[in-house]
Amino acid sequence: MAFLRRPLLLLLLVTHQFLQLWIASGSVNEEGQKQEEFYEELLLKPLPDRKVLTHFHFQSSAPPSTSNGRHHHLFPKAISQLVQKFRVKEMELSFTQGRWNYESWGGFDSIPSSNAKPPGVELWAVFDVPQHLIDALWKNLTHTLSGLFCASINFLESSTSYSAPEWSFPPALGNLRYGTLPREAVCTENLTPWMKLLPCRDKAGISMLLDRPSIYRGFYHSQRLHLTSTGFSSEGMDLGIILEQTLTVVLQPNIQRASLARTSEKHIQPSWSLSSIFGKEVNGKCVLAETSNVYLLLDRSLVAELKQLHKENEKSAEIVLTSENFWTNSNFELSAKPDRIFIEESSLLSKNSSILYKFEIEKYSEFKPFDLGLTWKIPVGWMCQQAPLHASRFLMGSGNERGAIAISLISTQPSEGSMGANFDGERCELRVDVFQVVPWYVKVYFHSLQVFVDQQPKAVSDIIGTIHVSPSKDKVSPGVMELALKLPCNVSSAALTIEFDKGFLHIDEYPPDANQGFDIPSAIVSFPNFHASMVFLENDYLNKSPLLSKFQEKSPVMSYTEVLLVPLTTPDFSMPYNVITITCTVFALYFGSLLNALRRRVAEEERFLKEKAAKKTGRIPLLLSKLSAKLRGRRPEPPHPPPGSSSLVNSKLVLKVVLVAGLAVCWQYYIS
Amino acid sequence: MEKLKKKIRSFSFWNWVIASIIFRLILIYFPKNLNLCSRPEVSTPLTSFRRLAEGYWLKQSSMSPYAGSMYHGSPLLLSLLGPLTVKRIEGQPNHLLYSLVSVIADVVSAMLIRATGQNLQVAYFGTLKSLDLVKQIELSEVHSSGDVAALIYLCNPFTIVACVGLSTSPIENMAVILCLYGACSRLVPLAAFGWVIATHLSLYPAILIIPVHLSFVLAICDLLLGYGPDAPPRKLFLQRHQQKGLSSQSKLPPGFSWGSIIHFAFWALLWSVYVLVLCGISLKQFGGLWEMFKSTYGFILTVEDLSPNVGVLWYFFAEVFEFFRNFFLIVFHVNILFMILPLAIRLHHRPCYLAFVYVAICSMLKSYPSVGDSALYLGLLGWFVNELSDMQFSLFLFCGYVGVSLLSPVMHNLWIWRGTGNANFYFATAMVYACLQIVLVVEGVSAMLNHDRKLRSLILDKPRDAKS
Repeated sequence: MAFLRRPLLLLLLVTHQFLQLWIASGSVNEEGQKQEEFYEELLLKPLPDRKVLTHFHFQSSAPPSTSNGRHHHLFPKAISQLVQKFRVKEMELSFTQGRWNYESWGGFDSIPSSNAKPPGVELWAVFDVPQHLIDALWKNLTHTLSGLFCASINFLESSTSYSAPEWSFPPALGNLRYGTLPREAVCTENLTPWMKLLPCRDKAGISMLLDRPSIYRGFYHSQRLHLTSTGFSSEGMDLGIILEQTLTVVLQPNIQRASLARTSEKHIQPSWSLSSIFGKEVNGKCVLAETSNVYLLLDRSLVAELKQLHKENEKSAEIVLTSENFWTNSNFELSAKPDRIFIEESSLLSKNSSILYKFEIEKYSEFKPFDLGLTWKIPVGWMCQQAPLHASRFLMGSGNERGAIAISLISTQPSEGSMGANFDGERCELRVDVFQVVPWYVKVYFHSLQVFVDQQPKAVSDIIGTIHVSPSKDKVSPGVMELALKLPCNVSSAALTIEFDKGFLHIDEYPPDANQGFDIPSAIVSFPNFHASMVFLENDYLNKSPLLSKFQEKSPVMSYTEVLLVPLTTPDFSMPYNVITITCTVFALYFGSLLNALRRRVAEEERFLKEKAAKKTGRIPLLLSKLSAKLRGRRPEPPHPPPGSSSLVNSKLVLKVVLVAGLAVCWQYYIS
Repeated sequence: MEKLKKKIRSFSFWNWVIASIIFRLILIYFPKNLNLCSRPEVSTPLTSFRRLAEGYWLKQSSMSPYAGSMYHGSPLLLSLLGPLTVKRIEGQPNHLLYSLVSVIADVVSAMLIRATGQNLQVAYFGTLKSLDLVKQIELSEVHSSGDVAALIYLCNPFTIVACVGLSTSPIENMAVILCLYGACSRLVPLAAFGWVIATHLSLYPAILIIPVHLSFVLAICDLLLGYGPDAPPRKLFLQRHQQKGLSSQSKLPPGFSWGSIIHFAFWALLWSVYVLVLCGISLKQFGGLWEMFKSTYGFILTVEDLSPNVGVLWYFFAEVFEFFRNFFLIVFHVNILFMILPLAIRLHHRPCYLAFVYVAICSMLKSYPSVGDSALYLGLLGWFVNELSDMQFSLFLFCGYVGVSLLSPVMHNLWIWRGTGNANFYFATAMVYACLQIVLVVEGVSAMLNHDRKLRSLILDKPRDAKS
């Protein structure tokens, strides 16, 4: 209860003056060490298919310090403890529902390449410990995160579910472990603990917009937690940790009935506002945040399209979009006046540059809430920038015995295929890295790897530059395949196929709904020679904004393929007793009948034995014959029982019993 | 006349051999080998061609062939047959060379079976002669068991399927047959070589050491008394000689000769050291021999792969409770070992037949059985076509084998491909197949014992007849 009350109390206490005081004290401290900082930002971007991308970006950072000890002002203690305990150098955890639509939402910007995630849970972590300790730390880390985020991340503990990519996974730094849970259902129970890491929770600032029903109504949402620590010093100094929390949601604005009614306006992009898509407004910033900004990003191609439209009407489109009264131009109208406008530096790749409008939340308050709205006036259509190749993956074959995985790469730029690619002598090459993890029950035959370029089969060695394979071990480790493809630049399509056999599991290993099938996690297709970065003019300001400086970083373009669902054959789950009894019966039949056939004697052999027994007067043959006669179920004819033999038999019997009992005692002793 | 008959018979034998080879070649030229190489009846995890190719690929890309759980065969097989998995001839089927090797292995096995069978038959007649029983058994009924066995082996659909399905079982079978051939022809080094290779390839033939020893022991008797490797019990000869009034006691050799055993042990040791050194060399840069043992013998003994096959263990271990698993593993493997001694005691005078029974039991109870194993024991059964002529249930067994081999693929298709049946139907056919093999082994053993009884009664009754 006290825990819950704390933020409220804080809000009550913190006044404007207090804030000033606090900032002053911060500046006093500054000469010694930096303070903990928190930034909150929101990026809005209209998408071509009548949807809106909202990207929340929260960043808390704790600089390395000695004075703080175990205490933090803003930084979540759970995270810093986790980093310290498991010596995490870098870690990323994402919960995603829905699939990022690379074709219409773009695949080249830094948002899709770092925030488009595979469905379910993805976790990777880099540890700062020697190789042999990593697995143990990983297991503990999964359990901790599982408890922290109320998710079944602990299933990543088993060695069959995580892998260690060598080079094809972009943040490859060595000591990396990577695991995914494609079937994890993501819901508000995962969002709440994630939100608890924010200093203002969802009580103030931009995070107030996080209305659960609207988020989970979206087409895609991905909550991500990325943390980087600045290395471990040998002294007792604390670590510098940067915790970056992002939430990417793709929403469809409610289309007003009035506009729908008129068929001519069907092609107009839907108008939206923050209150219409989230049902909430922002009542001022989170007072603990250094900056609190909202950005509206207009895509390169959208800007180009708008310019085109403008050219038809007026003369100077560039000026109109960036001039003072741009926000009520003939194309669209913004309901709030932006504080700044950034224009992207036109890069080599494209002449067009995207435009970013910045809104500062600081200026708004409870009495004057911030509600950004975008109203389109004319129909606009545009395309987001695509990754050089569009990757998709599917299964081939039918039946439950074998199949093949196919990864198809289709070029998105038919005309300018050579752009940005690596010119290697005369041949122009496009490098594509593929990272694929397959669970052990999908038994991949790596020798069956086939490559098709433009529908023509090619020799594997011509196309695949480097290949790293770690084959799956039954019930121990998954199969990992890392490929570096060198495709010609003018490639229009490429495909990889690899055959597999479906494994058969023990009945205990099947999940509760076994007939639903098993998931093969997404493959990662990355283009190491392509970098998604947006460089804006006016660099001086941008460094202060973590979101925009993130945009300026060069991150390799990567995309995730679909999760595949492989149906596996199931045994009959109700049969264990029947199978055990029937099989044992057959074995008993074999043993019994064969022994019987071997033991059977016909009359003359018996007579021969009897003669033999009669000849010999020794006791043991006599007993033996007696025993054999008994076994045969006939009465033994006592020839002339020597006196005292019964007592001897008894003593022998006693001896035997004692022997068996002794053995049993020994056995018991040995076992215990 | 007799010569002509013989000529015709041998002519028809070679005709059959050629026909079976041509039939194999035709099947090989079918596209994709009729998908036989991924049939569960043909390719078990141990004998699968695709796994061999995968192991070779892993080795070529400088990884241990045992990395991952794909390949579980011998490294020698990988060096010998591996290159053939990737070699292609333009315009020919993909794995022509490998298939040709399988066909050659089959033919060689058949020839060895034939030679051994002829050897056995000569010995059989020698025995009858020495027992003065030739007249009792009409010669017209006697078949040339070598030819029969070789033809059964070559024309058996199981063998053809295993050969065309590119499994490694033709090679394994050849090693077993080589061992038996060496034992019957008293070639100790060859027998030791066959035994070591067969054991190295599939572990279970290790128990053939007992019949091989017995055959050597008997071979020494043979030298002294002139009876063959597969003969009625020595007691009969004793009785016979006693009846004749000969003092044969002095002639009888010691029952157990250490010399031959030491000779065999020496060669076996030599060959196994040789094989291990070769394996060690080929696995030098990888995990070494320990890894090899773990992923070949360990894999066989712990039944890790639960993919369906013609045996019963896969479904059993897919269903059994985890805490009973080890117990049942021990029980099932001990079942093979338990029967060794009783059989050896009862059939010690017929080492070749003992070998047949052992092979049959192994192929029934082994962890990953395939039809290739059945092909082997059915071929060996042909050796005893004369002795087992009054076996019971032979028609029933034949119909059972035909029925199971037709039903099993149907059930598999229903379960795996169509999804309309379930695992129990396929398991039921495997169960029936196991029962058929049990009946075959039990009836075979009792028929052989009865045959020996018949011979004895003939011997014992003859003097009485003469007296009366």
